[in-house]
Amino acid sequence: MNAKVHMNNTAGGVVFERVTKRYNDVVAVDDVSFEVRPAQLVTLLGPSGCGKTTTLRMVAGLEPVTSGRIMIGGVDVTHRAANERDVSMVFQSYALFPHMNVLDNVCYGPLSSGISKAKARELAHAKLAMLGLAGLEARLPSELSGGQQQRVAVARSLVLEPAVLLFDEPLSNLDAKLRRRVRQEIRELQQSLDLTVIYVTHDQEEALAVSDQVIVMDRGVIAQQGSPAELYDAPRSRFLADFIGDANLVTGELIHDTSGQVFRANDVSVPVRADGVPPGPATLAVRPHRLILTPAGAGLLPAECRRAAYLGSRVEYVLGTPWGDLLVFDAGVQSPLARGDAAGVQFRPEDAIVLAGHS
Amino acid sequence: MATPLTAARLPAPRTGAAPRDLTTPLFAALALAAFALVPWAMSGGPSAIALLAGHAAKWPKYAAVVSLAPVVVASVLALVSSWVGAARLTAMFAGVALAWAFAQGFYAGANGPAFGLGATIALSALTVCLARALGRLGLFAGNATIATIVVVIGVLLLLFIFYPIGSALVAAFQDAKGNFAPHLVGERLFTEDIWGLGCFGGGTRCGVAINSALLATIVGLLSMLLGLALALVVQRGGQRYAGLMKVMSVLPVITPPFVVALALVVLFGRTGLITSWLEYVGIPRSRWIYGLPGVAIAQLITFTPISFMLLHGALHAISPALEEAAQTLRASRGRVFRTVTWPLLRPALANAFLLAAVESLADFGNPIVLAGNFEVLSTKIFFAVAGAQYDAGRAAVLAIVLLGLTLLAFFLQQRWVGRASYVTVSGKGDGGAPAQLPGKLWRGCLGIAGAFIVFTLMCYAVILTGGFVKDIGRGDMTPSFRHFLDGFRVEWASHGLFFSGSAWDSLFTTIQVAAVSAPLTAVVGLLSAYVITRHRFAGRRAFEFLTLVSFAVPGTVIGVSYIVAFNIAPLELTGGMAILVLCFVFRNMPVGVRSGVAALAQIDKTLDEASATLRASTWRTLLRVVTPLLRSAILVTLVFSFTRAMTAVSAVIFLATAKYNLSTVYIINRVEAGEYPLAIVYSTVLMLFMLAVLLLMQKFIGEAKLGRRGPGVVVAAQ
Ligand SMILES: Nc1ncnc2c1ncn2[C@@H]1O[C@H](COP(=O)(O)OP(=O)(O)OP(=O)(O)O)[C@@H](O)[C@H]1O
Ligand SMILES: [Mg+2]
Repeated sequence: MNAKVHMNNTAGGVVFERVTKRYNDVVAVDDVSFEVRPAQLVTLLGPSGCGKTTTLRMVAGLEPVTSGRIMIGGVDVTHRAANERDVSMVFQSYALFPHMNVLDNVCYGPLSSGISKAKARELAHAKLAMLGLAGLEARLPSELSGGQQQRVAVARSLVLEPAVLLFDEPLSNLDAKLRRRVRQEIRELQQSLDLTVIYVTHDQEEALAVSDQVIVMDRGVIAQQGSPAELYDAPRSRFLADFIGDANLVTGELIHDTSGQVFRANDVSVPVRADGVPPGPATLAVRPHRLILTPAGAGLLPAECRRAAYLGSRVEYVLGTPWGDLLVFDAGVQSPLARGDAAGVQFRPEDAIVLAGHS
Repeated sequence: MATPLTAARLPAPRTGAAPRDLTTPLFAALALAAFALVPWAMSGGPSAIALLAGHAAKWPKYAAVVSLAPVVVASVLALVSSWVGAARLTAMFAGVALAWAFAQGFYAGANGPAFGLGATIALSALTVCLARALGRLGLFAGNATIATIVVVIGVLLLLFIFYPIGSALVAAFQDAKGNFAPHLVGERLFTEDIWGLGCFGGGTRCGVAINSALLATIVGLLSMLLGLALALVVQRGGQRYAGLMKVMSVLPVITPPFVVALALVVLFGRTGLITSWLEYVGIPRSRWIYGLPGVAIAQLITFTPISFMLLHGALHAISPALEEAAQTLRASRGRVFRTVTWPLLRPALANAFLLAAVESLADFGNPIVLAGNFEVLSTKIFFAVAGAQYDAGRAAVLAIVLLGLTLLAFFLQQRWVGRASYVTVSGKGDGGAPAQLPGKLWRGCLGIAGAFIVFTLMCYAVILTGGFVKDIGRGDMTPSFRHFLDGFRVEWASHGLFFSGSAWDSLFTTIQVAAVSAPLTAVVGLLSAYVITRHRFAGRRAFEFLTLVSFAVPGTVIGVSYIVAFNIAPLELTGGMAILVLCFVFRNMPVGVRSGVAALAQIDKTLDEASATLRASTWRTLLRVVTPLLRSAILVTLVFSFTRAMTAVSAVIFLATAKYNLSTVYIINRVEAGEYPLAIVYSTVLMLFMLAVLLLMQKFIGEAKLGRRGPGVVVAAQ
């Protein structure tokens, strides 16, 4: 038997159906629908104030919805209080009870659900051991490091084996190194226990690294959702292309002529693949590492090196071109360009994303 | 891949209802049990159902069937509907039962029984049912517990703050027989007695309202200036004057409000110590202390500590960096004070002025001892209902005038101060030392502060020694325990200790009442603070307002309102101990609310939320997470409501009886009877007792907390 069997999550999916949240006249979440399948980790990603936390708190039952429906495990929980939902949350501040030691913190959930003290302790010890916290039971939260506090918070939420586990920016209080490690730990835990997780972050790298699905929000609505690869390779808007990963954005127009589709900006035309995009004003998005440096005179665009930053595994250039400054990541670190050197830039038509319109 | 949903793909919801609620039917059942088993009326006797069955002989004009049958039937229906989970019906039936119960009670009035234990249990249980059902319906963010807290406290506030004040207002429109007589209001309200301006013409006396307003203005202004001088000395004088701060913060807490007046009589009365000495040097004896000067001096000494605490806080909040910045910009000390310190203090000064004025308006203890022919509203109200010429209508009109003046002061406070207080903008503590005061100002402040301290010490010295000499009133300073033994004699009798001193009864009652009301005050106040700060629900602002309103109501007004409202069935409480407890709980509750709100602001809200997501019920969260973290706020509230209950006089002087007498009332009576030594010795005992309580509590909390009187405590209108 493996751990999966113990987790009561066969029906632990979350359905968010046309949910709106209004604070007086601010619409924090506007008619949002999505589904989180059981055993998936879904991230809510977006710039500050886009409504991620609000969405998460509505799932937890900490914030009443203005309209719409929320279902967990196939049950409508819209009007249930937080303590009547099969959901646990790991708070950004961890919210560890400062007057209780680690063990009491972790036992809190089971004891609240009426489980006997002995059983609660057993459950707590198991989860603490699983998260590598054995031996710290008697410490107060103030006597733990940031990373340990974070894991206690996770253990405390996990101990109830909730249908859904919610994380609100769980790593923002950790330093950069630790953040990478802990996010991998969370992902491994989620996969090994088949947890259903909704995870809020505004760090796109974190989102891409841990998720099965990413939901990008913008000003209270879903801008796009999909797997990390879909979002990276096929952003649906200029906002998305810019928000997920680095992108060079060029405004111009799309022309369908005899030779196929051509993107034209500032009197320079290049062939592109833009199936389904109507001719007319358009924006071209190219990832920096998809741009290829060529010797001067060759390539699609002439370029002049403005700035170069040597990062060991690659060189990051800012190149002045007829399309404005372009960011280029070049893996050829042996003979980097110097400031003022002339060069050329090109890319493969399938590496450029063409978006209709200018915004 | 998770694509946006279409309705067709939705799994069918299993059940939308939350887990079954058994608590609501439990309370409905409790109400029914009370109807069946517990005596309905105050005077005991049959239960409600027995009354229905025809046992209403005691109240001949009382139609028990019409009065009580609908209540019982609606309660049964509420039980049934809550059992099947029909929240809307439960709310409706519980609401009907409550409304009918109160309506019949008030309609019957003196013809019917007064609500007793059975009625109290049943109506409380029904209120809980109603609240929980409203919560289930989605009000109060769908939280039945919060609904219960808000509704129950709200109902209590309506019953014990708004209903009595409303009754007093109505009484103003009634003649002596209780008939509606609107023309009387005008007659009573616009009289020379209240509004006369004679004293400014040099001729006859002024009306009481004018007297009160004049006194309040004088005391407000002077105590603001005195408080400022003291605050400047303490704040800018460094460590040397820190002890002063401590004394000033403790004195108002432990001093019953007539102690200073007593001391003044002993010092400056016709046979006073200083009067006699002055006669020696050729200044003839007079009664100047009885009247405006005496009351003003007594109030100054009593209330200056409050202005001081407020201004000290404001001075403390001024970042030294601001003054240092001014200095580096070439400003002289005088210029720094004029252009930086003073303007930043202005809102606090206005506040200090108004709060002292409000205290002066509400003060009862000093005027009753010292006012003589200089009548003020608070004592005039008392004399309108005390003694032979009981005239509730006149008392009510005077109460309205007093309430109006007080509200005017609070209104001005909101207008002038409301938004104008300058919170220091910088987030980080800049450190730095506060600027030195200009030399002349510093010396002036030191002089004033010194004089104030000497005078205050003299007053307290008189009180502390006065009880233990033969007759301080006549200057006979031979040590003697006679007065102490009069009040506090303890004898060995055959059956054990016998407290034969005349003061024991009132002291025991007072301690009992204070000890019962303090925890209740803490519970009600802190629960209110919890729902106000932690939960959003429709009507939250209104609820917050309700909880704080009793602050603005002078004690005399509450007192007269209570006897007007609670003298008659169905809420017939006068003469008992319960009314004393209720009076303290609802008068002191704002203290609990304020300190709870302040303490909760320090505690991260996500702790409650974490608790909720871990399946803890709201009660469990309150008990396990909030309460332990609020420990010191709870203790502070307990101490303050206890000491305030021990020292209050203005409201309870209307409510105390021979059977349930209170210390302060007993002392006032001794003063009225001219038995100053006993009054003084009793005051000493009270102050020492409370000092002991404070010190004991300080051991528990650590002293940092006690010295700080929250802004709420400062407004405490006696
Ligand atoms: N209690 C509230 N009252 C009024 N407006 C609110 C409240 N809480 C959130 N908002 C508003 O709702 C919007 C969404 O807030 P939310 O906290 O969900 O953002 P977020 O995506 O989590 O942002 P961040 O990344 O900064 O945490 C914001 O515009 C915010 O100002
Ligand atoms: Mg957020």
